[in-house]
Amino acid sequence: MKINVKNVARLANLPVSIDEEKKFEKQLEETLTYIENLNEVDTTEVKPADNVTGLTNITREDIVEPSLSQEEALRNTKSTHRGFFKVKGILDAK
Amino acid sequence: MKYEAVIGLEVHVELKTKSKMFCSCTADYFGKEPNTHTCPVCLGLPGALPVPNRTAIEWCIMIGLALNCEIPLYSKFDRKNYFYPDLAKGYQISQYDEPFCKKGSIELSNGKKIGLTRVHMEEDTGKLLHETIGDEKVTLIDFNRSGVPLVEIVTEPHFKSSEDVVEYLKKLQQIVRYLGVSNADMERGDMRLEPNISLRPVGSSDLPKYKVEIKNINSFKFVSKAIEYELNRQEEILEKGETPAQETRGFVEASNSTVSQRTKEEASDYRYFPDPDIPPFRWTADYIEELKKQIPELPHVKVARFKKDYSLNDYDSEILTRDNALSSYFEKSVEIGSKKGILPKQIANALINKAVDPENVSPEELVEQITVSNQTTSLSDDDLNRIINNVLKQNKKAVEDYKKGKENAIMFLVGQVMRQFPEKIDADKVKASLLAKIK
Amino acid sequence: MLNRLSVKQVKNGLKEKRFSSLEVTKACLDAIRKTDEKLHSFVTVSEEEALRDAKNADEKISKGEDAPLQGIPLAIKDNFLTKGIRTTASSKILDEFMPTYDATVVLKLKDAGMVILGKTNMDAWAHGSSTETSDYGATRNPWDISKLPGGSSGGSAAAVAAHQTIAAIGSETAGSIRQPASWCGVVGLKPTYGRVSRYGIVAMGSSLDSAGPITKTVEDSALILSVLAGKDPKDATTSPLKLKLKIESDIKGLRIGVSPQYFINGIDPEVESGVKNAVKTFKELGAEIKELELFDPNYAIDVYTIIQRSEVSSNLARYDGIRFGKDRSYFGEEAKRRIMLGTYALSSGYYDQYYNKAQKVRAIIIEDFRKAFEKVDVIIAPTSPSLPLPVGSTKDSSMFGELADVLVEPSSIAGLSGINIPVGFSSSGLPIGAQIIGPQFQENAILGFAKSFEENTQNAAWRKNEPSFTEVSKGKPNL
Repeated sequence: MKINVKNVARLANLPVSIDEEKKFEKQLEETLTYIENLNEVDTTEVKPADNVTGLTNITREDIVEPSLSQEEALRNTKSTHRGFFKVKGILDAK
Repeated sequence: MKYEAVIGLEVHVELKTKSKMFCSCTADYFGKEPNTHTCPVCLGLPGALPVPNRTAIEWCIMIGLALNCEIPLYSKFDRKNYFYPDLAKGYQISQYDEPFCKKGSIELSNGKKIGLTRVHMEEDTGKLLHETIGDEKVTLIDFNRSGVPLVEIVTEPHFKSSEDVVEYLKKLQQIVRYLGVSNADMERGDMRLEPNISLRPVGSSDLPKYKVEIKNINSFKFVSKAIEYELNRQEEILEKGETPAQETRGFVEASNSTVSQRTKEEASDYRYFPDPDIPPFRWTADYIEELKKQIPELPHVKVARFKKDYSLNDYDSEILTRDNALSSYFEKSVEIGSKKGILPKQIANALINKAVDPENVSPEELVEQITVSNQTTSLSDDDLNRIINNVLKQNKKAVEDYKKGKENAIMFLVGQVMRQFPEKIDADKVKASLLAKIK
Repeated sequence: MLNRLSVKQVKNGLKEKRFSSLEVTKACLDAIRKTDEKLHSFVTVSEEEALRDAKNADEKISKGEDAPLQGIPLAIKDNFLTKGIRTTASSKILDEFMPTYDATVVLKLKDAGMVILGKTNMDAWAHGSSTETSDYGATRNPWDISKLPGGSSGGSAAAVAAHQTIAAIGSETAGSIRQPASWCGVVGLKPTYGRVSRYGIVAMGSSLDSAGPITKTVEDSALILSVLAGKDPKDATTSPLKLKLKIESDIKGLRIGVSPQYFINGIDPEVESGVKNAVKTFKELGAEIKELELFDPNYAIDVYTIIQRSEVSSNLARYDGIRFGKDRSYFGEEAKRRIMLGTYALSSGYYDQYYNKAQKVRAIIIEDFRKAFEKVDVIIAPTSPSLPLPVGSTKDSSMFGELADVLVEPSSIAGLSGINIPVGFSSSGLPIGAQIIGPQFQENAILGFAKSFEENTQNAAWRKNEPSFTEVSKGKPNL
């Protein structure tokens, strides 16, 4: 089992130093080895569990309730501009 | 070598529910002050949980039903994980392998059937604004749109021309408007489309090894332009013996061209998994039947009925059924008119020739107008001929003048004829009859 | 000494006007002042709010207004959002996070009249079973401060054991209520998944998270559960099933399952004998003891590791530093490790091998318990295979939590209810806990057994033990 830690960190949007990379690689591989014995369990006829409560069709009515004020919405960040959240410019490459 | 286009389409339709998909904030975000329509759920605050909007789900299924989809009795929401500043939770709640609707179709006027892969439900993201403040490039984020319900409609790669694509889009737009579930206004972004385009040699039935996805298209006109441009671009590359890159390209209005945005090699790995916050859905066949009953008569059915019931031609039927309001207006007018011996065709003509504006004239008033003009014509057809003959006899000079090219002589004759009638009559009709006799 | 009372005792005292809520609250705040330097159970002490709440409660009591927790001081784990009181989940990322809303649990407690003492320490993001992975420093076990309190609700469990509060609220994904309750010698109830709303709790493993009380007595546990329980329109996974309020402590003729698989290799012999003695007590009280074959709990570690890490990787994606909090570089090592593993397990090509496989084995575990509960009413087992471990035990052990929680993970995976009760002490003076596991939505059953045990051991000598607040193991007992 070889984990491409760099790629996983990119997917997870985590800054990982080179030291951490090595450490994580070792630890993640240990964990994966540890959980390998799951393969001993025969699951050929088993359907994956979905929701343990057995609940289905839980919805809400299409009703509007008050929103947070702009001030409340922005309260926990310092980086704002004219009521917007502000981040460093990103290329619109989506 | 000869190539044929292989085009598929992803369309996002924003639903016009009152509240958002997973929270109770209003979904009416357009043009509002930034970040005034948010709550812990759509802002992705710690601890907040989604609860799905029943109306949005029902509308999604109704769209599926209207598009001849199968409605599986089991469905669920999944998390689509990726990072972008407009995505509050770091994942979008969407549907992966068990969408609400599968395998539908739309038939085009040329008889071609466009297959639909799936119709599923998801949530919209926030909106980004790219600005320069001072000399710093920044991106501003407004989460008012975050969590507004979106229905995604995905076709098979069945289109071979941009004309077919546009017809499909118009049909789709008409259907969701008929259902009353979306304004489907392209310019406001209620309806967004992403064609994926490739070419293969004529005669081949294999799917091409690449496809190019086009984004940033916000009108039907630009769809054609983008597709045409892209087909030419790809053909040139293929002619050189190369394969176009698998990538996402953006349409640029100014140059009617497309530019590369990112190649698929670095595409995200979305790590879909069932959203543990939302229990799955198990429908009964009865429930789906109930939803089916709520679907109004759809455009193609209405066209057929108009042709049959009102003896209208294809053209008239198509136009009158373009939108629900117009067709209802027409039918109401026909109903009122039928009691006064007015034919559907007369009402159709009045509407199609834009003789009346349905916004300002009620069906009752329309029928009244037609009745009046009918009375004047039917009463006067014989009389008119008799009087015209008299006037022509008594004004030979004017007739000669007109024949010599004095255009305004005809207006003199029209006036003479009209003076013989006590009530106001249709001057255009008089003029036409006069000209017919003079020539 | 008002801080030493149980919820029930404070309720009675307030009712009879023997003391005021303000007096009880001040007693708790005093205890926190005196002992928290050593224990570090709290991340934030909300003294101002506590005094205000207490005065309000006293006013209401004087007007004869009753509420289930009127004037009762409580401590809340720091992963429950509290409007206007900083909420960190013990992570520096949320160091300055001031919630704009209350978790449903907090709202219910407020409506029930609680006095909020503050927010208790936990493993950062609830990732752990030690409370030493908190970015605000480790909490110590009041019975021996060289030992860990367990976790992740270690702050809540230690605060209750140390009488810094009358009771506390914790949350459990797999063991985070029961295991610290066991190590701190208090009662910790993990309700059925779906019994208590998760709205406003910093999400960890969304298909597993469950909030519940950590208390001095079983009766208090039942009382607080009755306040917390119920369908929440803001949490689609809460159940509409009604909580049975009547706790029947007569267990004559009821069946207890004991599974040899839960007395695993390497279990501490004192834990084993402590739990077996408790089983004996139940037998003497008239319960029928049945040996039960259960699915090997070791597989539950694998299932739990995969599902929880996967959910964590997605749940922690929102911490990007844009709308609140600090950016992702502030994640501690444990969080990073979990996010990375979960990201890997869900990534293209591995989904079936990990996540899907784990959900299939989860289905087997659910079915295994379903069949077991056809044969028995409850299952009794050790809560933790070990006594409280020394501070520092988690260093560089990426599976520390999972190994400590091996006996609570199967029932968490199946969404069952479970309760830890203290059943005695080791020769070194450390608490031993037993867990009683019940079927889904039958908290009344496990509470009945727990109450029966408590009533019948009320006069046992070990009940008189007091936390030392010192490093017992290093030879400084103060008893």
